[in-house]
Amino acid sequence: MGVGIRVEKLNAWFGKTQALHEISMEAPANHATAVIGPSGCGKSTFVRCLNRMHETIPDARAAGQVLIGDLNVYNGTSAVQIRRRIGMVFQKPNPFPTMSIYDNVAAGLKLNGFRDHRRLDEIVERSLRFSALWDEVKDTLRKKSGASLSGGQQQRLCIARALAVEPEVLLMDEPCSALDPISTGKIEELIFQLKERFTIVIVTHNMQQASRVAEFTGFFLLGKLIEFDKTEKIFTNPSDKRTEDYVTGRFG
Amino acid sequence: MNSTHGSTVTVIPISLWRRTMNLVVTCAAAGSVILVLLPLGAIFGYLLYRGFGSINWAFLTQTPKPVGEPGGGMANAIAGSVYILLIASSMGVPVGIGAGIFLAEYGQNRLGNLIRFTADVLNGVPSIIVGIVAYGLVVLSQGHFSALAGGVALAIMMIPTITRTTEEMLLLVPNAVREAAYGLGVSRWRTTLSITLRTATSGVITGVMLAFARVAGETAPLLFTAFGNQYWNWKLNQPTAALSLQVFTYAISPFDEWHRQAWAGALILIVLIVFSVSAVRLAASRGMLKGAN
Amino acid sequence: MRTRFQQGLEELRARLLRMGGLAEQAVDRACQAYIDRDLSRCNMVLEGESQVNATEREIDELAFDLLALQQPAAVDLRFILAVTKINSDLERVGDQAVNIAERVMDLVELPKADLPVDIPRMAAAVSAMVRRALESFIEGKAELAQAVLEMDSVVDRMKDEAFITLVKTMNERPDVTRQALDALLIARNLERVADHATNIAEDVIFWVRGADVRHNVAPEATVHQEVTDTR
Repeated sequence: MGVGIRVEKLNAWFGKTQALHEISMEAPANHATAVIGPSGCGKSTFVRCLNRMHETIPDARAAGQVLIGDLNVYNGTSAVQIRRRIGMVFQKPNPFPTMSIYDNVAAGLKLNGFRDHRRLDEIVERSLRFSALWDEVKDTLRKKSGASLSGGQQQRLCIARALAVEPEVLLMDEPCSALDPISTGKIEELIFQLKERFTIVIVTHNMQQASRVAEFTGFFLLGKLIEFDKTEKIFTNPSDKRTEDYVTGRFG
Repeated sequence: MNSTHGSTVTVIPISLWRRTMNLVVTCAAAGSVILVLLPLGAIFGYLLYRGFGSINWAFLTQTPKPVGEPGGGMANAIAGSVYILLIASSMGVPVGIGAGIFLAEYGQNRLGNLIRFTADVLNGVPSIIVGIVAYGLVVLSQGHFSALAGGVALAIMMIPTITRTTEEMLLLVPNAVREAAYGLGVSRWRTTLSITLRTATSGVITGVMLAFARVAGETAPLLFTAFGNQYWNWKLNQPTAALSLQVFTYAISPFDEWHRQAWAGALILIVLIVFSVSAVRLAASRGMLKGAN
Repeated sequence: MRTRFQQGLEELRARLLRMGGLAEQAVDRACQAYIDRDLSRCNMVLEGESQVNATEREIDELAFDLLALQQPAAVDLRFILAVTKINSDLERVGDQAVNIAERVMDLVELPKADLPVDIPRMAAAVSAMVRRALESFIEGKAELAQAVLEMDSVVDRMKDEAFITLVKTMNERPDVTRQALDALLIARNLERVADHATNIAEDVIFWVRGADVRHNVAPEATVHQEVTDTR
């Protein structure tokens, strides 16, 4: 089951430039929350702060409170441990190029010391079923490399890989922006089903996608969270004029 | 070159000058290729011509006969070269790859620049000087010439090439691949070894092959280290024969018999280098060198 | 940004204003025809009906296209939905004007009867409601629309009084039954026009505030700033 995410006064910097200012919000468990905003508004940075990927960039740091269920992300636990409980799917599908489909899905487990091979088979199958890829690849699991699949399939492979380690939260950074409409549709359907078991935060620059898949939406602008509310409210009657201007396409 | 109205497609003829330039440059490029391949072909051809006749079973299986006696071979030199190269690789490859990994992952700073600079300088050091250094470090402290000393000298020469190539190949691995691993909660060192290095494997192997091919035929560094040997030697701390050394010794000798054998030896040396590089390429392309995760 | 879309919204607004003008004019003409017992005015109303219907179709088509092609959100979406509803109400206003005109044509053929009912006063009130509702749309001001909602009860009362008076008249003076009946029907038509004006006002409030105030339900949504730049 998924857990809720609570963010309190999160700030983030790239060197001396402040990228996020006092972000506070709550993403409820087993729901999808969308993060929207124009380019450069900090939405990707925000999501990458949730699993401390932000720190992998040299000179980048973040401070504040991020609580994922009972896990305090910025207080004590190592970043590596945290990332094992939070899965991430990136904008451009990035399967490990030298590994087969099976090895890709199993990578998160194998690289962290998991050795039980029979259980591994089960887990790989289950993850691929979750990401609606099993039927398409079940006969070529070990023969085909991860990179030989189509774009949409690769992204679903990356989702399976993230799910294999059984995170509680799945972060998706513009997962469909490199995909065609049909693959996008499949992944949106997937998000719908995944919500039952995981909590999802999805960054998207496609507002219609946000309105299709997410129950809650946060609008970011210049590193600040301008408005956070139910998606219907944001798209039918937002409270802040800036949100309305963005959502109606008057800028951005 | 007027365009026409209507639905016909207009073909704009290419001017004579442009067509001529095109032809000239194409010929120049083709000519350059031939120019580059020509020396290689010439060497190979000439070696075949001069040396092939002297290669026989005796040559490949016997040790050198004393001066004056006909016959004999370079079996121990061939084996010795392989032995010394193995020793050199066992030291040079891990150090080189390790340094390359360090530079790629942690070397974007002044220390890294210093190491790179050192490697580049080392690369340019004349091979005889490397030999002398190895002489001073190993031979003098041990008190005798040895295969180990020869291996050390050759390893020193391998390291810069392997380091720089490894670094470059690792840097070519897109950051997205690393991020994917970090996102799964894989620690940094594990990511570097199991993911980044594995992705860059074929490039790293190329670097190793380049270094190997370069040192396989070196003579000067072995002069004061391995020193050469008339007999078989498999001990680490005894002087050892090497093909390049043997060819050198025979070539500057006054004996025709030895000259003949020198040609044969040179041919064998080239063949061995080409063979080993090709074998590794083949193994890499068949995926046999992906390694365990 | 989104020039084509903005132009589409402008065009939609212009068309709706034209529609409003036609409907208002029809009602005014019909009422004036009653006062003056003027057949030619009645004919003008009847002839104008086809233009009202045509304009209704034009507006619906444009609204449909904008919805399908431009993915409007928030205020733009509310605007387009409000326009389609107002459009429908205005067309009905046109129909009511036609009904009034037909009753007037009937009255003109009958001898003039002095009825104790002030149709012109009711007509003026209803006309004012329609005008104010359209103004609230032009200005995008919810307060003007709110005022229209309040006028509706006045008109309802006028209609109820007219009914009572006219039924009494029909009982007491059977010779003017037909005229009284015509007047009664006209009163009812006017009251219907007032209802449509009320609907228009409610739709304007929905557009401007995002609040659904129909059927006298208190609005849930509050907005922190009025819509200013939607034109």
